[in-house]
Amino acid sequence: MEALTSLIGGFGVLADPMNIVYMFVGITLGVLIGVLPGLGGANGVAILLPLTFSMTPVSAIIMLSSIYWGALFGGAITSILFNIPGEPWSVATTFDGHPMAQKGKAGEALTGAFTGSFIGAFFAVLLITFLAPVIAKFALQFGPAEFFAVYLLTFCAFVGMGREPAAKVIAAMMLGFALAAVGIDTVTGQLRMTFGSVELLRGFDFLVAVIGLFGVGEILLTMEEGLAFKGKSAAINLKVVVNTWKQLPKYWVGCLRSAIVGCWMGVTPGGATPASFMSYGLAKKFSKNGRNFGKGELEGVVMPEVAAHAAGTSALLPMLTLGIPGSPTAAVLLGGLLIWGLQPGPLLFVEQKDFVWGLIASIYLGNIAGLIVVLTTVPIFAAILRIPFSVIAPIILVICAVGAYTVHNAGLDIAVMLVFGVIGYLFKKLQYPLAPLVLALVLGDMAESSFRQAMLVSQGHLSIFWSNPLVGSIVTLALVMLIWPLVSMVLARFKAHGSKPAAAE
Amino acid sequence: MNSETGHSGQNEKTVTNRTMDVVVALIFMGVSALVMSDSWRVGASWAADGPQAGYFPFYVGLIMFIASAVTLVQNFVTRHPDLGNFVDRTQLVSVMQVLVPTVAYVGLIFILGIYLASAVFIAFFMWWLGKYSPARIIPVAVGVPLALFVMFEIWFLVPLPKGPLETALGY
Repeated sequence: MEALTSLIGGFGVLADPMNIVYMFVGITLGVLIGVLPGLGGANGVAILLPLTFSMTPVSAIIMLSSIYWGALFGGAITSILFNIPGEPWSVATTFDGHPMAQKGKAGEALTGAFTGSFIGAFFAVLLITFLAPVIAKFALQFGPAEFFAVYLLTFCAFVGMGREPAAKVIAAMMLGFALAAVGIDTVTGQLRMTFGSVELLRGFDFLVAVIGLFGVGEILLTMEEGLAFKGKSAAINLKVVVNTWKQLPKYWVGCLRSAIVGCWMGVTPGGATPASFMSYGLAKKFSKNGRNFGKGELEGVVMPEVAAHAAGTSALLPMLTLGIPGSPTAAVLLGGLLIWGLQPGPLLFVEQKDFVWGLIASIYLGNIAGLIVVLTTVPIFAAILRIPFSVIAPIILVICAVGAYTVHNAGLDIAVMLVFGVIGYLFKKLQYPLAPLVLALVLGDMAESSFRQAMLVSQGHLSIFWSNPLVGSIVTLALVMLIWPLVSMVLARFKAHGSKPAAAE
Repeated sequence: MNSETGHSGQNEKTVTNRTMDVVVALIFMGVSALVMSDSWRVGASWAADGPQAGYFPFYVGLIMFIASAVTLVQNFVTRHPDLGNFVDRTQLVSVMQVLVPTVAYVGLIFILGIYLASAVFIAFFMWWLGKYSPARIIPVAVGVPLALFVMFEIWFLVPLPKGPLETALGY
């Protein structure tokens, strides 16, 4: 009940009409970002972050998180109409969404996708409302060892649940940590890996990295694929919307399943993309119409969207309560909190009640607003996509350059962004994941300081990570995640070799 | 622009995925060696007052080195090396058509300021790749930087890098 009263207080924060305006601006910008190639949730928020420095933190987070919701909605538009996923998490939406559009049922597919997104987000925000205060209260007792254990679990989860080769996940992650360590060491004041350069004193800002990796890298990939946008036209009217909504209630079991998958993948940093694939796969397996999947089945559009949006939204849960973002976009929002002078973590729920509950309330309203905005404006955004790539690409690159510059007002950052762009392109092609790199870059300093504090407490003995049941179980779980790829490889080999006896460990 | 992936001819060959994988793994190992050596320089062991500044990054570098070595070895011991083409020649040309002008654009920003450089960049891109007529190019190439100027310099009061043109106009 305490959560409900706090939530009502949160809605009170939203009563400021300016915050509602920011919300709609954010949603519209977000859908635009989600639709355009090369701009996505993470780098879109990163580019716009410097513009919010003059706002109050509450207004700023409302606008930026609304951009995130908008981007989550927007990804579905390109998937369905153009068969081009605007965002990685909407790849699964193309499987059935585009066939539906080809059959002339684009309106139904879009309505299904948007409503699915809304349902997923709603589940996730309910989870946040009731679970976040509990976790935050629990996490108040955490010491440095516990925090490091949670960081460890976050990063090991990437290895255990990622679809990329484990060695590459680890390498990308460690590159993030190494880049985070560049500059002045916060504890001793020593210079690390600056190699005498004054420019490197500042270190690498992850915002610049995000803009390069996701923005410039994506443009290069799009160019390689040589896209020519040939889309289906979209017509959504009230009749189509109502007819589609009438079909949705019979999918409630699937929606619930997808929402649970999404929330789980969002809280643990599996992320929205694997969540959407997993949910599509499960729906295909369990649905009565499973064999029609891929030919334009409404259920196949709704399910991945529910999961993707649930994952995207619930990624904020660990960010708010523990200071550990569940997705790259949540990581950028976390960077925003630090810039506005707020320390993410359990204390946020005690010291910044207005901020936290204002944000949570804005997720409720933002998703309702988002649903209305996308349902009414789809034709406009579809028209934007018909602008040829040779016009859109240079404009997006200019916006990326401006965004990279404004992070620190440093010209060199634009060049750094470009280098990260090439890295992003190579990594994508060679199956190095970008999310762990970004998260390591964001959390590097905090993970390091909690590790050093824990080591100080124990005088250098690693045994502190098993000093009580809580920290011990988290660390053990993390290590299981870490070696999981090895275990599954061994298991697969056993299956392949049939009845060969198991060698004792 | 229409690339035929999959059944590309002999002339589309660049390098194999395996070669690229090996090269990147070697770069990773080089970077981790750099990280480890610099961390060793600032001190990567235990001092009287706790872990030294290089303690954490040293192990980060070590793990990165091992992980990349695993990738490297995997590429040689596997029975099914990925000998697919890393990028088709036409695709590579497309990518370079964006990358090279963008590099030039970033260089131009330092000389002309971001607004003028953006106008030149957009105009060049539309003319070169889009084959647009000047009547279509000029509104976009002038309009976008102008909109940015109004938004950043006047509305949000965030100064962006400016060059001789803006100075001449009094900004």
